[in-house]
Amino acid sequence: MEPLSNKRKVVDNKPLNFWERAYLPAIVHGLAITMKHFFRKPVTIAYPEEKREFSENFRGMHSLKRDENGKERCTACGLCALSCPAEAITMTAAERQPGEEHLYREEKYAAVYEINMLRCIFCGLCEEACPKEAIYLDGDIVPSDYLRKDFIYGKDKLVESPLNP
Amino acid sequence: MELADIIVKFILVVIIFAISLVIAMYSTYAERKIAAFFQDRIGPNRAGPWGLLQPLADGGKMFLKEEIIPTNASSFLFIVGPSLAIMTACIGSAVIPWGQKLTIGSHVIDLQVADINVGILYVFGVVSLGVYGVMIGGWASNNKYSLLGAVRAASQNISYEISMGLSIIALLLITGTLSLRQIAEQQHSWHWNVLSQPVGFILFLICAFAETNRTPFDLPECETELVGGYHTEYSSMKLGFYLFAEYINMFISSAVMVTLYWGAYNYPFMDWMAAHIGTNGAVILGVVLMFAKIFLFIFFFMWVRWTIPRFRYDQLMDLGWKILIPIAIANIVVTGIVITLINR
Repeated sequence: MEPLSNKRKVVDNKPLNFWERAYLPAIVHGLAITMKHFFRKPVTIAYPEEKREFSENFRGMHSLKRDENGKERCTACGLCALSCPAEAITMTAAERQPGEEHLYREEKYAAVYEINMLRCIFCGLCEEACPKEAIYLDGDIVPSDYLRKDFIYGKDKLVESPLNP
Repeated sequence: MELADIIVKFILVVIIFAISLVIAMYSTYAERKIAAFFQDRIGPNRAGPWGLLQPLADGGKMFLKEEIIPTNASSFLFIVGPSLAIMTACIGSAVIPWGQKLTIGSHVIDLQVADINVGILYVFGVVSLGVYGVMIGGWASNNKYSLLGAVRAASQNISYEISMGLSIIALLLITGTLSLRQIAEQQHSWHWNVLSQPVGFILFLICAFAETNRTPFDLPECETELVGGYHTEYSSMKLGFYLFAEYINMFISSAVMVTLYWGAYNYPFMDWMAAHIGTNGAVILGVVLMFAKIFLFIFFFMWVRWTIPRFRYDQLMDLGWKILIPIAIANIVVTGIVITLINR
């Protein structure tokens, strides 16, 4: 059979010589190797205090975006929920009332928008599906919690903070 | 014995008891920390500064855990097992000389609980009692993994006690005494026994690893094959006692090795030091250095644990019976011949 990779090592089954069979030199060699590691810098990242650098296309927690005037972009069309393979998104649409024009960009908006972070697989299909560029997975790692109900994130956690509060 | 002597001895016993418990406690911390360093990690660092309160947290956890005695276990022996393990681990320190005699006023304080003339035999007796804790606990659990672990512990300890005893005989040919105090005194300054008995020391070291059930000889409790070995069924502080006993054993066997081979509390230029900083100062320096040597050995135990994989059972028996015992016997013969030639 053709080798699948070019990594190849010839194994020799020579019988061990005396020093190899004596075992103690091998132990001393092993101890030297571990001692080298003893003085090496630890690779640990102390997570909540330090964070690993993420790649450009890292997909973290979702955020619902606002437009340049600070109005919510989401129109509750439901395409994100439809595209979600994990069925993690639910929403309730509502009609914009007169006087709310500074809050919502279009006549329809999401009154309730919930993502279950335990169901979400962070595939990013919701941001692909969104026609209004309203949802992006550009946040941090979703923090841990004690209760399942606390992982259902509503608009209070998802919507971007206002531009000029 | 005068009343003052009894009080002094009592205080000494309490101090040594406390020291060995505290050292065992912080050995668990050191083990985790050292393991982390060997694996390029940081180790426990959340409880207190640098994680120094971690042993207290672990102890508190052990005490608060639910205590489970399996229905089919023999409940009396189930409790006797860990008690015996921790008891035999603690009484081993009685004959170890921690330092020379301190002189306070007209009072001479012997830094050793009991200077019995068969000191090293006492240590061996206690060590061989130690396996009963493991055996009884493993058998009383009524669990096949525990039983297998217990059987392994018994056969391993029996096999390695032989070569341990034989390696000691060569040392006793040189010292001519069984008393640990006299063995320590003979190694004055730099005349440490390891210089005349290097082979005996290596044999003793290997057997000490086997006797304390430390890797690479941790077959009685190997997690990967036997779940937890003899302490599979144990929970709460009874498990804690087993783990604690292992660390105390490590401390005691390090102390015995230092006393027998690495000059106990002796150090080079100790007479010069005694002349310059006073006798008591030199004695205290000796005690400190003895503990430093012990800590080095405990570190070595941990270093080996994170370096060498566990033996297979047949390899363990091969090493014990086919390699260590012949080497030990050859060592006795060679030592005997050399002593005869020198003394002629």
